Amino acid sequence: MKQQYVYGLSAFLAIVGLSVFGYKWQMLGFPLSKNQQTPVWTIESSISFESGPGSIKVNLLIPTLTPGFRMLNENSVSRGYGFSLNYGSGGREAQWAIRRADGPQTIYYRISVYEDPGTDQSDTTPPFPPPPVINEPFRTAVEVIVADVKEHSADPASFTSELLRRMNDPSPDTNVELLISDADTRAGFVESITTILAAARIPARMVHGLELQGRQRNAEPIAWLEVHDGDRWRYFNPLTGEENLPQRFFVWWRGNEPLVNVDGGSNVQVSFATQENHLDAVTIAETQAAAQGANLIDFSLYSLPIQTQAVYSVLLMIPIGALVMVVLRNMVGIDAFGTFMPVLIALAFRETKLLWGIILFTMLVALGLSIRFLLERLRLLLVPRLSAVLIVVVILMLMISLMSHQLGMETGLSVALFPMVIIAMTIERMSVVWEERGAADAMRAGLGSLVVAITAYVFMGLQWLEHLIFTFPELLLVVLALVVLAGRYTGYRLLELSRFKALAER
Amino acid sequence: MLAIARKLRESGVLGLNERNSDFIMRLNPRRLYPRVDDKVLTKELALEAGMAVPELYGVIRNQGEANEFGRIVEDRDSFVIKPAQGSGGDGILVVTGRSHRKRNTFRLASGMLISENEIKHHISNIVGGQYSLSGNPDKALIEYCVRFDPVFAEVSYQGVPDVRIIVYRGYPAMAMVRLPTLASDGKANLHQGAVGAGVDMSLGETLTGVLENDIVDDHPDTGALITGLRIPQWDFILQSAARGYDVTELGYLGVDMVIDRDLGPLILEMNARPGLNIQIANCAGLATRIARIDEIFKAGAKPAERARVARREFAAERQTSIDFD
Repeated sequence: MKQQYVYGLSAFLAIVGLSVFGYKWQMLGFPLSKNQQTPVWTIESSISFESGPGSIKVNLLIPTLTPGFRMLNENSVSRGYGFSLNYGSGGREAQWAIRRADGPQTIYYRISVYEDPGTDQSDTTPPFPPPPVINEPFRTAVEVIVADVKEHSADPASFTSELLRRMNDPSPDTNVELLISDADTRAGFVESITTILAAARIPARMVHGLELQGRQRNAEPIAWLEVHDGDRWRYFNPLTGEENLPQRFFVWWRGNEPLVNVDGGSNVQVSFATQENHLDAVTIAETQAAAQGANLIDFSLYSLPIQTQAVYSVLLMIPIGALVMVVLRNMVGIDAFGTFMPVLIALAFRETKLLWGIILFTMLVALGLSIRFLLERLRLLLVPRLSAVLIVVVILMLMISLMSHQLGMETGLSVALFPMVIIAMTIERMSVVWEERGAADAMRAGLGSLVVAITAYVFMGLQWLEHLIFTFPELLLVVLALVVLAGRYTGYRLLELSRFKALAER
Repeated sequence: MLAIARKLRESGVLGLNERNSDFIMRLNPRRLYPRVDDKVLTKELALEAGMAVPELYGVIRNQGEANEFGRIVEDRDSFVIKPAQGSGGDGILVVTGRSHRKRNTFRLASGMLISENEIKHHISNIVGGQYSLSGNPDKALIEYCVRFDPVFAEVSYQGVPDVRIIVYRGYPAMAMVRLPTLASDGKANLHQGAVGAGVDMSLGETLTGVLENDIVDDHPDTGALITGLRIPQWDFILQSAARGYDVTELGYLGVDMVIDRDLGPLILEMNARPGLNIQIANCAGLATRIARIDEIFKAGAKPAERARVARREFAAERQTSIDFD
């Protein structure tokens, strides 16, 4: 019965810990490894124009739905303009307005995005487009083409491919030639394709986007074709008919409307500049989570002051040390002084580095032990004697530090990081064991403590583990679950196998 | 590795983790621990129940009382000083006599001389808690020094050999004789280097011995054969051990008894966390016997009956057949 409670409890703890971990990792995008950098693209569009005499109103279509990308932040820079965001038919629209302006004006709109393959087109299914009103002789040409292409296709996607093939044919038939005769720009070409598709009652629209790559001063928006096949939007290269999207294609706006519309200004120029930065993945995840209103993030350790963070990144490793301790003592069966003494020593090793840590620790304990044996002759009572040992340990630390400093070995200074009270207790305990059970026992337990401390140090020093625990403190629940489970481990300890070996051989 | 573990499991060897979680934590509630951890209390309880224990000469409860020491042992030549809450035999001082020339100088079991002041310092250490389980202040007991029965004279090096019996739910399950050696400094604790010899539960006769996890047949210091020694008053010893359960109510109990030349078997102390080396000494697993006791357990059985059941059930496997008396 009790056993089931234990399993239940640890399963519960593990599930809670792992699900919070999974949520933060998968949904919020917290990185599993340290220094994971995510490329962040900053795209800046600048609108420059000559101001007219009256009031000025600038409308700019800005990114709404961006498959493959997620927005980190956006802002606009303009001098003295009022700014508002509206939703128009083609998506979001930024609007700047000013009563009066003099001379040439420039308005900036800047957006930062990062790649996120998870962001899909979450647009709703569009209605079937109404039949476009087309004048003759184009009307007949469109009807002929639609009827002909329909013959050679099965569904919207194949219809589109077939249509694009015909439209791009180097020697087009007369109907096609008629239709593309006045489409002198790429956008115009795509627009006429969408018209034909609309005539075939296939929802389609033009998308304009930027190909993000490195640093670009003058990026040109490219028109692309978006066709809805009843399930989802599909992208077609209008010039080749291939179904694809350019690499890192950032969709800026959709539809046939012009990108920018300036009332009361002239000589309008829009240009795009892109830049690639690298940002810490954690920062991005946090910004993202904050934007989504995930309360969990308010309790993130990254919200603490930097100094406190440094303290916690060490403290959070103590449970790992404790787990190592549990395994080594209850499953392997290593003898050690004190319950947590090895973990605290391991903590000190982090600062002193392993080799020096071992040298200093051994030196300290050896010196302390010899002085403790001298003290024994004075026949002091227990508590005063313990205090005397403590004071001696402090003096020894001081001497080691001063001496190593004189010798130019600065690492010796770190001896001060050892937990002196713990060392004093260890010395006392070791000397008692030494007297009562002999040097061999004392050495064995001392060595055992050192082995446990070194193992704990190795695990507590794992950078990826430290990052993992710090970013996902809920994993401590999993550690707790493991410790609880270990608490009901009733199997043999590893060293017992050799201890009872004689019994197994019979 | 796994093969060894499986073999051990098959032969019913009990491991530390299993002992701690399945028996000690289940059968020995913490509140009962003082009954065995405080030797003064153990003695009182045992006396109340009419069991034989070494006579208590005096208890020193604090530093001030350390000066009482001289008065307590005024007309005694031999005595034992031990911490009331000591563990593993630590802090025990066995005084076997006084120096001929100076009355305030004592002779230890090892033959060394020790002054009264040194003894007082030792008592101060005990009272200060140096040997106590928790490090808390402790009491020092001064009690009768057992003159052990000559049956073990050949196989002991100084010190007092004792009989350790594991009692499970009132039924004696396994026993061993612990023989002090030079290495153990006269102490009867296996982890200090004493030899443990398994005991045939039905006859009270020693089997092979164990020294530091190895099986031995003779005593490392005296060279005498350990096996085949008949423990006197075996039935009484088993009954006393079984009664230890009634006194302490601990379901997993180690009872340590000594056999005095004049007074017979005496209960020296009891232990709520008896060690597992007894299995090596007996070449037998405790788990098997515990399972058997669970089968035959009868609530309300008298100690004498439980002792008889143990003798019947746990006879050692031997080549020759033995007639039962």
